[in-house]
Amino acid sequence: MGFLDIANVTKAYGNTEVLHRVDISVQEGEFLVLVGPSGCGKSTLLNMIAGLEEITSGEISINGRVVNGVHPSRRNIAMVFQSYALYPNMTVGQNITFGLEMHGVPKAERDKAMADVASLLQIDHLLDRKPGQLSGGQRQRVAMGRALVRNPDVFLFDEPLSNLDAKLRVDMRTEIKKLHQKLKTTVVYVTHDQIEALTLSTRIAVMYNGYVQQLGTPQEIYDTPANVFVATFMGSPAMNIVPAKVVINGDDAYAEIEDSNGAKQQLKFNTNYLQEWNGKEILLGIRPEAITDSEGADRNATNVQHLTNTVGVTEPAGSDTFVTMTLSGKDVIARMRADVNIAPEQSFDFAINMDKAVAFDPQSEERIKP
Amino acid sequence: MSVASQDTAVRTGGFVRATIYLVLVMFALFYLVPFYVMLSNSLKPLAEVTGGNMMAIPETWTIDAWLAAWSSAQIGVEPTGLKPYFWNSILMVVPAVAISTILGALNGYVLTKWRFRFDNIVFGLLLFSCFIPFQIILIPMARMLGIMGLAGSTPGLVLVHVVYGLGFTTLYFRNYYAAFPTELVRAAQIDGAGFFRIFWRIMLPVSGPIAVVSIIWQFTNIWNDFLFGASFADVDSMPMTVALNNLVNSSTGVKEYNVHFAGAILAAMPTLLVYIVAGRYFVRGLMAGSVKG
Repeated sequence: MGFLDIANVTKAYGNTEVLHRVDISVQEGEFLVLVGPSGCGKSTLLNMIAGLEEITSGEISINGRVVNGVHPSRRNIAMVFQSYALYPNMTVGQNITFGLEMHGVPKAERDKAMADVASLLQIDHLLDRKPGQLSGGQRQRVAMGRALVRNPDVFLFDEPLSNLDAKLRVDMRTEIKKLHQKLKTTVVYVTHDQIEALTLSTRIAVMYNGYVQQLGTPQEIYDTPANVFVATFMGSPAMNIVPAKVVINGDDAYAEIEDSNGAKQQLKFNTNYLQEWNGKEILLGIRPEAITDSEGADRNATNVQHLTNTVGVTEPAGSDTFVTMTLSGKDVIARMRADVNIAPEQSFDFAINMDKAVAFDPQSEERIKP
Repeated sequence: MSVASQDTAVRTGGFVRATIYLVLVMFALFYLVPFYVMLSNSLKPLAEVTGGNMMAIPETWTIDAWLAAWSSAQIGVEPTGLKPYFWNSILMVVPAVAISTILGALNGYVLTKWRFRFDNIVFGLLLFSCFIPFQIILIPMARMLGIMGLAGSTPGLVLVHVVYGLGFTTLYFRNYYAAFPTELVRAAQIDGAGFFRIFWRIMLPVSGPIAVVSIIWQFTNIWNDFLFGASFADVDSMPMTVALNNLVNSSTGVKEYNVHFAGAILAAMPTLLVYIVAGRYFVRGLMAGSVKG
């Protein structure tokens, strides 16, 4: 039993099921991020937790109480919307205290709560303004203030940063994280931005097509993605997926791939992996940062394989240099040190950290577990 | 701003511009002449009207015709002037406008923010009422008013006008609220506001422009209505328009044209005032919602 339990929940509009048997249990104080491309059902799930959409089947409980059919205002939740949804006719102060007023909290208490929240978010000087007179970042703060003042069991965030410009988004991201570390309130946060998901969360649910593809810590999601979708959706640049053939030699398995000249090359997997896949095709997944030059390889790596291949394009990006090459007919991106000595069209000795390599079943696209 | 709008205007030469202004002034005069005739003749004694030039400025200025039209002219069989009928009209127009506007706002709110199955069909049917000719419903409505015991009364007229106005007011408010972000309603729900609280505290305060449109539209139509007034009102609830007709058609004695002119202006005055006071909001409100932001 968690603090927020989503048990076997489905959502259907008529005969079309848009969410299939979602099971997520969130502990108190966790920061759960629901991430996925648009139309994956993440906002629908959030609205169901909030009570804005009905639950077709299954059960949602908050703090030990089943909330199916309970009105949104009685679930002790607060929500921050993508458009902020500030009431245009009320001042910032009235916006923040509207919820308390609706719940019959006396004026003196409301003012006290408002003052606390305003100083926490540094919006004291804005309390008498109307939302129309605020900048995007200020509106965002007010929207958070309106949620904070309720002192809810669970905060729900619906893509709260997607209306901000790039720089402000990064600042507010840090601020949300600080706020969570300070208040330790349970959060469910919806976003389509995988960076936001990885940086903010304590756990991530990656969603696609109405299914939770994988639920885990950011590290688990990043290092051991459950399937090809999760592998390519999380991380930027995306994980390289290359068709390969498994060759077994003694205890060791090798991935046989073609370099850009069509010559076969073999990369040794870590011991005892893929023993029953001899001679079969797999999809080999390698993160860009696991492909480097020899000196740039991770010192803690136990299994670094070398591969000589022709360099395609090099893209210096300040902190890193991205290098592309062709493996088994696919473009592969490597993330290398900024000062790496590499030139296009040259033959180069790539170092591949096979500790970080994963293999997928080409039929089901699921990860093959060791 | 002014620089930008000048740039987008079509540049024309002085001659073309002068011609445009000339034509515009002529059109304005053309429409103002009848009003001038009414005003000047209402301020003349009757003898000057019948004996003199219709276009002339009064030689003897007098407001006797206005006083007569207001309080002593023969309306049908009673020499009451238009005064009691003016109040009849006010008693009919104010509740009818208020009720149809409030109901239209509620309808628009429900049709956009509390959507239900077949809501578009309901909206379509409401819209359809805008296109039903008045004449068709005269007899059924008379029967309905009779059954409800409202025949020949001001509440009966209010009912008829509310029913007929609902289609328009619903259309206005629905289209206005369609552009109103639904997330605000959801936020208010989470904050604990109920159906009417959200309407009252969140929706209505931002409905100013469209409310003005609805009020002007309804006020003008109901005040100017003659058919329903002539069909469903009796002598105690007869509106201004019907009384004016009776004033002009009263066949005893001479035709007092100066009194008729004064009466006609009195009857038109309230709608004129409403336009002058709220007209600019009318144009603004009609445009609202058509362009986002």
